[in-house]
Amino acid sequence: MNKIVSKEHFSEHVVKLVVEAPMIAHSRRPGHFVIVRAGEGGERIPLTIADADTERGTITLIIQEVGVSTKKICALEPGDSLTDVVGPLGQATHIEKVGTVVCCGGGVGVAPLLPIIKAMKEAGNRVVSILAARNSELIILEEEVAKYSDEVIVMTDDGSAGRKGLVTAGVESVIEREKVDLVVAIGPAVMMKFVALTTKKYDVPTMCSLNTIMVDGTGMCGACRVTVDGKTKFVCIDGPEFDAHKVDFDEMMMRLKSYSFETQKK
Amino acid sequence: KERTATPRVVMPQLEPGYRVTCNEEVNQGLSAEQALIEASRCLDCPDPQCMQGCPVAVDIPGFIKNVERGEFLEAAAVLKNTSALPAVCGRVCPQEKQCESRCIYNKMKKPAVAIGYLERFAADYERVEHSRHPVEVVRPESNGIRVAVVGSGPAGLSFAGDMVKRGYDVTVYEALHEIGGVLKYGIPEFRLPNSVVEAEIDGLRALGVNFVKDCVVGKTLSYDDLHTLGYKGIFVASGAGLPRFMGIPGENYIGVMSSNEYLTRINLMGAGRPGEDTPVLKGRRVAVIGGGNTAMDSVRTARRQGAEVAMIVYRRGEAEMPARVEEVAHAKEEGIMFMNLCNPVEYLSDENGRVRAMKIQRMELGEPDESGRRSPQPIPGAVEEIPVDLVIVSVGVSPNPLIPNAISQLEVSRRGTIVVDDATMRSSLSDLYAGGDIVRGGATVILAMGDGRHAAQSMHEALSK
Ligand SMILES: Cc1cc2nc3c(=O)[nH]c(=O)nc-3n(C[C@H](O)[C@H](O)[C@H](O)COP(=O)(O)OP(=O)(O)OC[C@H]3O[C@@H](n4cnc5c(N)ncnc54)[C@H](O)[C@@H]3O)c2cc1C
Ligand SMILES: Cc1cc2nc3c(=O)[nH]c(=O)nc-3n(C[C@H](O)[C@H](O)[C@H](O)COP(=O)(O)OP(=O)(O)OC[C@H]3O[C@@H](n4cnc5c(N)ncnc54)[C@H](O)[C@@H]3O)c2cc1C
Ligand code: SF4
Ligand code: SF4
Ligand code: FES
Ligand SMILES: [Mg+2]
Repeated sequence: MNKIVSKEHFSEHVVKLVVEAPMIAHSRRPGHFVIVRAGEGGERIPLTIADADTERGTITLIIQEVGVSTKKICALEPGDSLTDVVGPLGQATHIEKVGTVVCCGGGVGVAPLLPIIKAMKEAGNRVVSILAARNSELIILEEEVAKYSDEVIVMTDDGSAGRKGLVTAGVESVIEREKVDLVVAIGPAVMMKFVALTTKKYDVPTMCSLNTIMVDGTGMCGACRVTVDGKTKFVCIDGPEFDAHKVDFDEMMMRLKSYSFETQKK
Repeated sequence: KERTATPRVVMPQLEPGYRVTCNEEVNQGLSAEQALIEASRCLDCPDPQCMQGCPVAVDIPGFIKNVERGEFLEAAAVLKNTSALPAVCGRVCPQEKQCESRCIYNKMKKPAVAIGYLERFAADYERVEHSRHPVEVVRPESNGIRVAVVGSGPAGLSFAGDMVKRGYDVTVYEALHEIGGVLKYGIPEFRLPNSVVEAEIDGLRALGVNFVKDCVVGKTLSYDDLHTLGYKGIFVASGAGLPRFMGIPGENYIGVMSSNEYLTRINLMGAGRPGEDTPVLKGRRVAVIGGGNTAMDSVRTARRQGAEVAMIVYRRGEAEMPARVEEVAHAKEEGIMFMNLCNPVEYLSDENGRVRAMKIQRMELGEPDESGRRSPQPIPGAVEEIPVDLVIVSVGVSPNPLIPNAISQLEVSRRGTIVVDDATMRSSLSDLYAGGDIVRGGATVILAMGDGRHAAQSMHEALSK
C-alpha cells in the first residue's frame, strides 16, 4: 500500500498525485515508470514517474483519465492509498550533452517528458520544448517546463493558446531555423509517428517513449511487444524509449486497440 | 501376492461436462479408505528404485508405509523431511516420468503404485488437520544473520523455509503483487488451488519469513542496496519468465499472445470474473501452440472461458509431448482437439488487425538423427488455413534477464541462465546463490524446490564458517 500525500487537478481529467514510495524514489532515473494497481480487483497499469523527492520518499505521478483504471486512480484523495506500486521499471533515458535538444510533448505526454527536459538541461544542452494539445485547457506543466527550457513553444489545434497548428509544424520551424541534434517526442502514438516522419526528412535523430499495453512490466508476458527495426522488442524491459525512426507505429496503434472492444462491453 | 493383485486406485474426479463450466479442481483427492488400500500395494522394496526416480529422493516407502498404518501425520512428516511442498508436488510432478516410472510394478507389467496421489493425500490430510487443530508454531531461535531471496516461486519458498528453520532472518522479495511465482500466476486453479499454495506461504510467515511484494531486485533495490540492508547471503530464484515467440508473420496481430500473458490475466488478475478490471480476449476458436504443461493449462483455460473449439497445435507426435500424461488425458476428456504434427507458419488478420486464421504446415517424422530421435519435417505443399480468433503461443520460456542485466559481474551462460556450481548452487559472486528455472531454464517444480534446499544447505555451511 502506498499512501497518497497530495493531489492537484491540472484540468478536469488530468490529476497530479504525490505518492509515498521511498525505495522507488531512491532508485528512479528519468525515463523510468511504475506499474500501479488501485483496489483489490484493480488492473496493473503503467505510469511514468514524473518526479521524485528522495528526502520525503515520494514520487509524482500525472494521470490522465481515459478509462476504468485511470478513473479509479484519479478519484483517490490524499490519505487514500494505491494498492500496489512497483518500480522503477524500464531503461532510464540516456542523458548526454549533444547540443540542441527539441523536446515535444503531446497532451499528458508532457508528464514523462518533464524529467527528461530537466536532465537534458542539467547535462548542458540547449533545450527547446514544444508543448502541444487540442486546446489551452489541455496544456499542462507549462511553468515547470519553462523552468528548465531555453525556449517553450505552445501549439494548440484550435489556437486557444500559443500558435495554432500541429506539433509537427512547431518541430519543423525549429529545425529550419537552427541546427537540432536530437528530438525527443512523447505523446499519443499518432503524434510520435508524425514527429518521426517529419524529423526523418531532415535526418535528425529522434527518440520516443512508447506507451503500449502492459501487464507485469518485467518482461514476463509480452503484451507490450512492438516491432523496432524489424525485430520484436518488449517495451517494458527494452524500452520504453526507442529510436523513433525505427518503430512500427502503425502496428503499435493497432495493438493499442486490443482490448477496446472488451473494455467497452463493461 | 495379495498386494500385487490389488488394482491401482482411480483418482475421483469431477465430470468433464461440469468441470469445463468452472475452475474447481479436477482431481478430488483420495479418500482415506482409498489411500489405505493403495498404500498396501507398495512392497517396501529393499532397494526402492522409485526413490532413484525422484529428483530429491523422497523416502517413498517410508511415507507410504505410514499411510498404510493410518499414521497420516507421520507420513506427512516423512515427506517434509525432503520436500518442502508435498501438496504441490503430489499434484504437479510428472510422476510417470519420475518416481512412478521406476516403481517395481512396471517390471511386473502392472501400473505403478500411485505415489503422487498418496503424497498429495498425506500432505492434504496434514493441512486440513492443522487448520482444524492449529499446532503451536515454535519460532526457531534467531542467529541474527540476514539473508535475502529474490523471487517467491517454489525455489525461493523452499530456500526460505530451510533457512528460517536454521534461525536466519529471511526476507523474500517478489516483483509481482502476489507471492507464489508460477504456482500462482501460471498453474491454474483447476489443477493447483491457490489455497494449497497460500497454506504453505502462511506456514512460512508463521515461522517468521518476511515477504515483500512489488519489489523488483535489480530495479527497486540493487545488489549494493541489498548489502547496505545487511544481507549476508542472497538466493536468486527469479525463474524463467520470458516468453518465447516463433518469429513468424502475423505474430503481433491482436489476439495472438503468450501463454504467460493469457494465464497471468486470468490466474493472477482474475480477468473475466466480476469485480475485476483486467480484460482478457475471449475466443470462439482458440489455438494453443505447443505441447507442454503450459500449453495444456492454456487450452483447458480457454475451454473454461467458453471457447467452442479449443485446440492444441504441436509439431511433434503425442508421444513426444512434454506435458504430464494426466493433463493430456484430462484435456481429451474436456473435448480439446489435438492437431499433432502441425506447425503454424503464418497468422492472418481481419481489417482491424485481429487474427482470423492461421496457416498450418503439416509435418511428418523424418529419419532418426544422430541422437536417435525422429525429428518432424514439413511435408512439402501440405499447408492449410484454419480459422481461429485467439492464438496462445506456448513454445517455451527463456530465463528472466532482469538480474543478469542488473548485476554485471554475474557469470551467465549463452542461454542466459545464471552459472552456478552444481554442488553448492553458488554463482561467480561469493555471496550470491541461484536455483530453479533461472539456472535450469524452464524445468519443474520439484527441481526448483530441490535447488532451494541445496542452496540453503551450502549457504548455511558457508555462513557458519
Ligand atoms: C511506459 C508507459 C508510461 C505511461 N505513463 C503514463 C502517465 O504518466 N500518465 C498517464 O496518464 N498515462 C500513462 N500511460 C498510459 C496509461 O497506462 C493508460 O492510459 C492506462 O493504462 C489506461 O487504462 P484505463 O483502464 O484507464 O483505460 P482503458 O479504457 O482500459 O484504456 C484506454 C487506452 O489505454 C491503453 N491501455 C489500456 N490498458 C492498458 C494497460 N494495462 N497498459 C497500458 N496501456 C493500456 C489502451 O490504448 C486503451 O485503448 C503510460 C503507458 C506506458 C506504457
Ligand atoms: C503454466 C505452467 C504450468 C506448469 N506446470 C508444471 C507442472 O505441472 N509440473 C511441474 O513440475 N512444473 C510445471 N511448470 C514449471 C514450474 O512451474 C517451474 O519450473 C517452477 O515454477 C520454477 O520455479 P522457480 O522458483 O525457479 O521460479 P518461478 O516459479 O518462475 O518464480 C519466480 C518468481 O520470481 C519473481 N521474480 C523474477 N525476477 C524478479 C526480481 N528481479 N525481483 C523479484 N522477483 C522476481 C517472478 O515474478 C516469479 O514470481 C509449469 C510452468 C508454467 C508456466
Ligand atoms: S516429489 Fe515428485 S517425483 Fe518425488 S516422490 Fe513426490 S511426486 Fe514423485
Ligand atoms: S518401487 Fe514401488 S513398490 Fe517398491 S517401494 Fe517404491 S513405490 Fe513401493
Ligand atoms: S508488460 Fe509484460 S512483458 Fe512487458
Ligand atoms: Mg483498462
